[in-house]
Amino acid sequence: MRREPPKTAADYAPLAFPALMLIVFFVVPFSIMIAVSFFKRDPAGFYKPAFVFDNYARFLSAFFGEVLGFSLMLAVTVAACCIVIAFPFTYLLTRRPRRVQTLWLVGLLSVLSLSEVIIGFAWSTLLSRTAGITNLLVAIGLMDQPVALLPTFGAVLTGMVYQALPYTILVLYPALVRLDPTLTEAARTLGASPVRAFFNVTVPALRNTIVATLIMVFVFALGSYLLPQILGRPRHWTLSVLITDQAIYQSNMPFAAAMAVFLVLISLSLVGLTLLVGRRENAA
Amino acid sequence: MNMLRRLYFIAVALFLAAPLIVVAGVSVNEKQDLTFPPRGFSLAWYAQIFTDPEWRAALFHSLILAVCSAALAVLIALPLAWFLWRRIAPWANIFQVLGLAPFILPPVITALGFLSFWATLGVFGQFFTAIVSHAIFFVTLPLVTLSLGFASIDRSLVEAAATMGADDRTVARTVVLPLILPYLISGYAFAFVLSLNEYIIAYMTIGFTTETLPIKIFNALRYGYTPTMASVSVFFVAVAALVFGSIARFGDIRRLLGAMASEDN
Amino acid sequence: MSGLSINAITKRFGDFAAVDDVTLAVPHGSFVCLLGPSGCGKTTLLRMIAGLEEPSAGAIVLDGEDITTLPTHKRSLGMVFQSLALFPHLTVGDNIAYALRIRGAPKQDQRKRVEELLSMIHLSGFADRPVTKLSGGQRQRVAIARALALSPKLFLLDEPLSALDAKLREAMQVELRQLQQRLGITTIVVTHDQREAMTMADLVVVMGKGKILQAAPPIEIYRKPADAFVADFIGITNLLPVETDGAGRSSVLGAAVPELACPSGTTKATISIRPEDVRLTTPGRGTLDGTVTFVRDLGGTIETFVEAGGMTITAVATPRERPDVQVGQTVGVLLPAENCVVVKS
Repeated sequence: MRREPPKTAADYAPLAFPALMLIVFFVVPFSIMIAVSFFKRDPAGFYKPAFVFDNYARFLSAFFGEVLGFSLMLAVTVAACCIVIAFPFTYLLTRRPRRVQTLWLVGLLSVLSLSEVIIGFAWSTLLSRTAGITNLLVAIGLMDQPVALLPTFGAVLTGMVYQALPYTILVLYPALVRLDPTLTEAARTLGASPVRAFFNVTVPALRNTIVATLIMVFVFALGSYLLPQILGRPRHWTLSVLITDQAIYQSNMPFAAAMAVFLVLISLSLVGLTLLVGRRENAA
Repeated sequence: MNMLRRLYFIAVALFLAAPLIVVAGVSVNEKQDLTFPPRGFSLAWYAQIFTDPEWRAALFHSLILAVCSAALAVLIALPLAWFLWRRIAPWANIFQVLGLAPFILPPVITALGFLSFWATLGVFGQFFTAIVSHAIFFVTLPLVTLSLGFASIDRSLVEAAATMGADDRTVARTVVLPLILPYLISGYAFAFVLSLNEYIIAYMTIGFTTETLPIKIFNALRYGYTPTMASVSVFFVAVAALVFGSIARFGDIRRLLGAMASEDN
Repeated sequence: MSGLSINAITKRFGDFAAVDDVTLAVPHGSFVCLLGPSGCGKTTLLRMIAGLEEPSAGAIVLDGEDITTLPTHKRSLGMVFQSLALFPHLTVGDNIAYALRIRGAPKQDQRKRVEELLSMIHLSGFADRPVTKLSGGQRQRVAIARALALSPKLFLLDEPLSALDAKLREAMQVELRQLQQRLGITTIVVTHDQREAMTMADLVVVMGKGKILQAAPPIEIYRKPADAFVADFIGITNLLPVETDGAGRSSVLGAAVPELACPSGTTKATISIRPEDVRLTTPGRGTLDGTVTFVRDLGGTIETFVEAGGMTITAVATPRERPDVQVGQTVGVLLPAENCVVVKS
């Protein structure tokens, strides 16, 4: 088969439907959202066309700064926790027999696909007074009576790490599974212990992968909107929660849109950074 | 070292399974209590998913949404992936980026985009809007699996078919389609399972008029506890495990997730 | 005209000419090997014949019909790919029947033809096996049978035997040649293995840097290489500098070779002499004397490396023919003038 540039209209035809769908239902909505972020709020309906910067100006408030700071801090913490747990785990997993890997991947995908609602519900149950793990601690005599472990920051963090961990593992998996095993074997023949070889050879070899994964998990964690509501207090709410809240309950679409545009800019610059890191890795 | 590794694996497994075990436990409570370990044993809460009209309606909506949106996502992804594989057209990669973007950005952004779009069109709240929105949101999954699938086709197979007299259409029907089918099915399956579980986009498009299962669970959660939430959750985990298990059984899940084919030989 | 003729074909990729103004006539029923190192353009030339690459210039004519722009699927040809390109989703029988099936041939005709071809490649009864369960040699044969299913006018093979181990490859070369002679089909094989080319071809086409360096029957290529590159590429050879004085007397490495005639007007040239033509004798009785630096005794043949006049000359002989020599010994090296070929360097 000669792979050649399309020439006739028929050659372009397969592109028509996908291009139409993606433009009409992704590019246009996205553009509308950007436009709405400059509109005025209309208490009676959704919004009124205008061109004002009021919605962006509201970012300058202390409240907003606090939410933004908390969101970023939370996402960074989640990403760091996930990498620390996932990297050695994924490394060990890729060294297991194929059957074991497949089994784990099925499990990880099943957890990853779980609705945030279900994850929130499951953790709220696990951390609850009546059905939570503290009952277990009471049963073995470590505690006097069961207590509720939520709503707390710890609960939000645990839930979000739970949500992001399978994602982290699956992002790391391709890079680690392709890692040349002779690399560590060479270090071993030179007298390094397995743990030393892991930290001296494997980790530095994949430094860029780790950075890229960190950023991707960070963006993923930024998107969490239900867990902070279910497992935390209002002061644990993130930008995503705030956007939902403004759009749905405060009926302030323009402000929600402005926040969303802002979040896109943060995410996009980080994704761009990931690509840059990835490109340098390929070039090296 | 082996001992350490085993402990580590067990710890991760326990962390991932613990909430699900507790949910499975509370789902078989005999009374409508949130207690663990469960008191008594009953599968009544599972039956409720199908007998209670509200839960059944939510299940029905979720299934329709997932079946249709995954199909639409595949219909968008298939010609696009085929075109990118068949033709040299670097500019067309922009559509691939558009296909990947909704999935990489925080979902609330895509959701808000759809909300403003459907509201502007004046069809806000109609069921089909959720189908289209989910299809666009999840088009990434079949696009990725199909691109992988096309990349895995040895181009000399296509050339061989041409030397034996097959034109483009015949090649597509007799060689490309059979080889791409496993990737098409897994792309559909990924999109199906994730659509079934998706909350925020469904909520922002049809949340005020229709309940899907995740919306129903969340709404129920705000007004107190009912064990049906637990049984539905277990039901979801089971569906996901079943689907991904089948993909692993009949396809190569490691490859789909990025392990190279060459080291499989 | 019957057969295939390639007229001034050129293929450019950007500034690089992979195939550069190649002209070649392939008579009907002949077996041609395109031979050359990797990157010499032989595969590109074959792919243009198959219609898998579009020529930048020139024409390809098959049995009097210009097929230069005809799409691949309309050319009547069978091709075996380097990767074999067997359809992994089809059985052996369905692979072989593919060309018939897409033309809508009746089921029983397909089955009959598959049976015929399977018995031709000694794989009767394999029709229902998946191709993935075959050995390398069996896959090879299935690929050949599949390409021949429609009795094409032209049979093209791109490095068909490269995936096989050495022994199997030699056996398949003989089998392929015998099959081609039985069917009388015009065949073009791309290979980088000169032994393979010598075994099978009526006509060997040596290519280098996109051009044909020499096209001739195998033994002629071996005995009368057109230039130093061809001489060196086909088999093992000694390339030695030769000088001619005003009176037409030639000397190799400073030693006179009385009967060697160089083209008139040249003062410096290169000669190619095959190792089996170099003879070893007692010091002083040969063309020049040298020191033995290494002896490779392969049992059936013995290769002797002799350093003489600043170069290493290789001589090959059977154990019976050759005097017993040791490393370090001084020997006479005899270069018979009738075996020296003057080549362009």
